[in-house]
Amino acid sequence: MDRFTALLMGFLSVVLVNNFVFTKFLGTCPYLGVSGRIDRAFGMGLAVTFVTALSGTLTWMVDAWVLTPLHLEIARYICYIVIIAGAVQLVEMYVRKFFPSLYDAFGIFLPLISTNCVILGICLFLDVWGTNNLLEAVVISTGTGIGFTVAICIMAAIREELALSDVPEALQGAPITLITAGLLTLAFMGFAGMIK
Amino acid sequence: MSASNGSTSGLYSKALVTGLWRENPTFRLMIGMCPPLAVTTAVKPALTMGLSVIFVLICSNLVVSLMRNLLKPHLRIIMFTVTIATFVTICDLFLKAYQPKMSEILGAYVPLIIVNCIIIFRAEACASKSGPVVSILDGIGMGVGFTVALCILAGVREILATGHFFDVRVMPNAFVPWLALQMPVGAFVTLGLILALINVLTRRKES
Repeated sequence: MDRFTALLMGFLSVVLVNNFVFTKFLGTCPYLGVSGRIDRAFGMGLAVTFVTALSGTLTWMVDAWVLTPLHLEIARYICYIVIIAGAVQLVEMYVRKFFPSLYDAFGIFLPLISTNCVILGICLFLDVWGTNNLLEAVVISTGTGIGFTVAICIMAAIREELALSDVPEALQGAPITLITAGLLTLAFMGFAGMIK
Repeated sequence: MSASNGSTSGLYSKALVTGLWRENPTFRLMIGMCPPLAVTTAVKPALTMGLSVIFVLICSNLVVSLMRNLLKPHLRIIMFTVTIATFVTICDLFLKAYQPKMSEILGAYVPLIIVNCIIIFRAEACASKSGPVVSILDGIGMGVGFTVALCILAGVREILATGHFFDVRVMPNAFVPWLALQMPVGAFVTLGLILALINVLTRRKES
């Protein structure tokens, strides 16, 4: 039971309190550049969640069972990158085979997921946070992906409204997006006291 | 090469200055936004990050440019990232050995240079199409443009949030630090306001 509570807390922590986009600025490129369409943002978020969960788990396994016992930490980053690229390739092939319409909708975004910082970020932070069992790694990497999805969906919804509103001339374009992002960050800081 | 001396040097200087302002990665193109937001609470880490990016950018541009004829279209991105990851590992180990304190502050953001869009973007847009000299100059220009942007942002945040600049006190004692600027919200809002200022200035210049 205690173990379950710890996992649930870890999950909530990466979704809300330590949300990668709001507290670590990872994945800000798609977050700020996301178009004002929630369905696209949601699809993108799902793809990222899947790749994050897959590569977070795989890199944790490789790190704990191969690289650390063999003292090959020096090759860690290169291994991570290759694993992520492989996972993205797998997702791409799977989506192309089974969901051709979704594949067309994603277009160039799918291969570019391999350079999304959220994914390499979770692989690195699993190590920084000292995750020491497989289940924890799976839960935390999935949670990170969901946190990213939440963030870009909120942003896409706001951009949808923003397109119709009267923005001061100087703030048009990127500045208003950044200030909106700042206010969202402030809102999410309210979750900070939730977990010790 | 059939190009005359004059146009070659023109090409070189163009490669060098493009990144400084006209295509400044942070202020104009808005790519690679993670370090400008994450490491700019003070000037020192920002400068360290900027120098690391310059190093990685120049080296990866050079290597990508040298192997540009061997690249296969579908393996391009993975070749770029493996090249970049190699130089980032070198940079990370160097920082850990000689600047342990900075390495601790920057933490995971040094390895995250691997997925910084600027470096992959330059490998794709410039280095995979042009010769080594142009690629190196392009790397220097983009890198310096990025570093300057980082330092401007970090300077504003450090002065207003702590009253210090480069660890030297610059504000009078009566100054109350704006602690909010050290938090994530400060990063977004400061960058937003700087971009707004640039917007206003460029528009005034145009009209």
